[in-house]
Amino acid sequence: MEEKKLIKSGEILISHPPHIWKGFSTPKIMYIVLAVLLLPAGAAVYFFGLHALWVMISSTATAVFIEYAIRKLRKKRFVMDGSAAITGLLLALTLPPRIPIWMVILGSAFSIAIAKEAFGGLGYNIFNPALAGRAFLAICFPVQMTQWYIPKEFATDAMTSATPLSEAYVYVGTRTALYKDLFFGNIAGSIGETSALIIITGGLILIFLRLIDWRIPVIYIGTVAAGALVFGQDAVFQIFAGGLMLGAFFMATDYVTSPVTPLGRSVFAFGAGVITLLVRSFGAMPEGVCFAILIMNAFTPLIDKYVRPKPFGYLRKIAKGRVKN
Amino acid sequence: MSIVIRKKGFTAGIKLNENKKSAASPIQLLKTPERVIIPLQQHTGAECEPLVKRGDSVFEGQLIGDSNKLISARIHASIGGVVSGILKIVNPVNSAIISAVEITSQKAGKEGEQPYSGLQKQDGKPYNAGIIPENVVDLIDKIPREKLLETIKNSGIVGLGGATFPAHVKLNPPAGIKIDTLIINGCECEPYITSDHRLMLEYGFEMLCGIYIISRILEPQNILIAIEDNKEDAIINIENLIGALGFENTFKIVSLPSRYPMGAEKTLIYNLLKRKVSTGALPLDVGVVVNNVGTAKAIFDAVIKNRPLIERIITVTGDIERPVNLFVRIGTLLGDILESIKVPDNKTLKLIFGGPMTGFSVSNMDFPVTKGVNCILIKEVKKPLENNCIRCSRCVAVCPMNLMPLVYASYVKNNKYEDCREYYIDSCIECGSCAYVCPASIPLMGYIKTGKSVLARKS
Ligand code: SF4
Ligand code: SF4
Repeated sequence: MEEKKLIKSGEILISHPPHIWKGFSTPKIMYIVLAVLLLPAGAAVYFFGLHALWVMISSTATAVFIEYAIRKLRKKRFVMDGSAAITGLLLALTLPPRIPIWMVILGSAFSIAIAKEAFGGLGYNIFNPALAGRAFLAICFPVQMTQWYIPKEFATDAMTSATPLSEAYVYVGTRTALYKDLFFGNIAGSIGETSALIIITGGLILIFLRLIDWRIPVIYIGTVAAGALVFGQDAVFQIFAGGLMLGAFFMATDYVTSPVTPLGRSVFAFGAGVITLLVRSFGAMPEGVCFAILIMNAFTPLIDKYVRPKPFGYLRKIAKGRVKN
Repeated sequence: MSIVIRKKGFTAGIKLNENKKSAASPIQLLKTPERVIIPLQQHTGAECEPLVKRGDSVFEGQLIGDSNKLISARIHASIGGVVSGILKIVNPVNSAIISAVEITSQKAGKEGEQPYSGLQKQDGKPYNAGIIPENVVDLIDKIPREKLLETIKNSGIVGLGGATFPAHVKLNPPAGIKIDTLIINGCECEPYITSDHRLMLEYGFEMLCGIYIISRILEPQNILIAIEDNKEDAIINIENLIGALGFENTFKIVSLPSRYPMGAEKTLIYNLLKRKVSTGALPLDVGVVVNNVGTAKAIFDAVIKNRPLIERIITVTGDIERPVNLFVRIGTLLGDILESIKVPDNKTLKLIFGGPMTGFSVSNMDFPVTKGVNCILIKEVKKPLENNCIRCSRCVAVCPMNLMPLVYASYVKNNKYEDCREYYIDSCIECGSCAYVCPASIPLMGYIKTGKSVLARKS
């Protein structure tokens, strides 16, 4: 009775501390990443024309729709947190420029339905869903997934070309001109991976905003560069060609599928670098980034188990027999 | 050498929105309540046995609870009156049931009444109501160490920063352990709370003399008063008083950056001395004793004014019109405190005892203020929704104890309590930083507390 007098409150809540929250929520993180991804997305349209736009739109829309449908079917809460949209857009950025739209939709559906929701949804998936979707398409449709075009000739009379990393690739021009094309993106490849400049810019924004850990891209790319030097390869070419930049900044840094400790992440990035090099040098495929990251994804639970930080003031033998306060 | 040492380089921890709304509000007296409920365990250690029974009349400051256990602290009546019941109440922190003495006074207190104006007698000696002798340092020098410790024990003093460890135990380290540094904790790193800040501004003299008493007992080489740099006025005030008292050769103030959890014992010792206190160990294992500024004042009151610990300063703040700092009697009920302020209507509220990071929320208006409560926070809240962990590792990055808080949530959810130990759950100091930053708003602290208490029950 007295309570009524004192507090005319809707309700009094009881909960564990803390009672304040930073409020930087999952959707906020995801939407900032999505906004930064518009950089490579814009570059994709610039280099590869309108079809690239349709690829990205269909992939993103499919991802969000499939996630919504599955959540509803499983009678779970659907959160419009932007994670599905990121997966869809990232997948699109790894696809070749002339891929048929139905294939995009299939790949995107695989990413969300199989690689993400079948594992339990956001946070529970082992593999990066976008890369899993790409790997699925690469295995099912090897021909369509390896048809590349040079951007500058693309608009007029589309000429197929090999990607820089494949053995059939020949570049007509000086080495400096090649580096320049690799850096600015005027080179055959997936719609979102060609321009190192744009990807590094986006990646630096994410690092600056502390949304991704700098260790992963730096160690990943550093390992590839160092390894290339050791093997006597062209290090500049190795780091700028293919999907390494996109993979290192946007795929390997995926929270869910990478380790949580700084040391664990370093191990993860180093491993991805080594595998990338090995696949590129000795594997049957010209590019190894996608599989390198997927393989390291599989090792993530193990890394998190064994690379465990020691607690503050850790002692092997903890002082016993004293009063605890 | 100057009295104030300024430290800058602390990078770990989190920057919180301070919200110290009541910092400029002088400490006021809450009118003496007509009814108090005094729990018999307000400290770390053994619960006291009641020394009174229903119907007994008690005077202000009378000993009403004691224990023969080594680690325990005496309990005194905070108002005069009649014992109207010995109750059982639930401690919301660990859901243990403890006894409490309910005292009802015959005459209602008047507003603005001076503390202890009644000059009640205890052992025939009158309380010294608020008069400080001029030669207080000489006076302290004359009292033997054993007598000081005994007075502290008799007065029921515990750590007032929140840990509530009995002071006479802390100040009497086992033989063979040498304390070289005494740290006085005036960090007050939690948002909203200003009770220690006001104490340093208004009771700096008492506090410094209290520290002097502690230093007589422990005889440390260094005495460091740690204050966060968001309380510059307190730093200046204490600096001046140290000069006035002639303590400048022994007392040093260390100004620290305001990062949470700076005031937590382990992080504080590390930041001041670069010494690490391991899990399960005590500060005295690294030669340090940490006391809160409020404890120092309470010790002064006990030794010089012969007052037991029956009142303390709390901040009443949050989403209310006029946040204040109050002198309240131990055992004052939440309802009586809320009566004096305007609580927002028709809102979903949390009533929190303690700060926003570590305090516990209650809904019972008959819940009493105990020795360890430094703040009552009234907060409007939205119901939180727990989302999936995205393994973003923000909790790992902020944890001052270098833990991986995310794993506790999944282990506790799946009842794999033993696995929490593998990830050093016992090292957690329950600072709340992890849950504060979690983008998925996972109540990590709740899982940690559940995990710890299940493990404690098992072993
Ligand atoms: S901060 Fe929250 S979401 Fe991020 S890893 Fe920790 S528990 Fe998971
Ligand atoms: S795990 Fe414990 S010590 Fe670490 S941030 Fe969370 S509450 Fe603080």
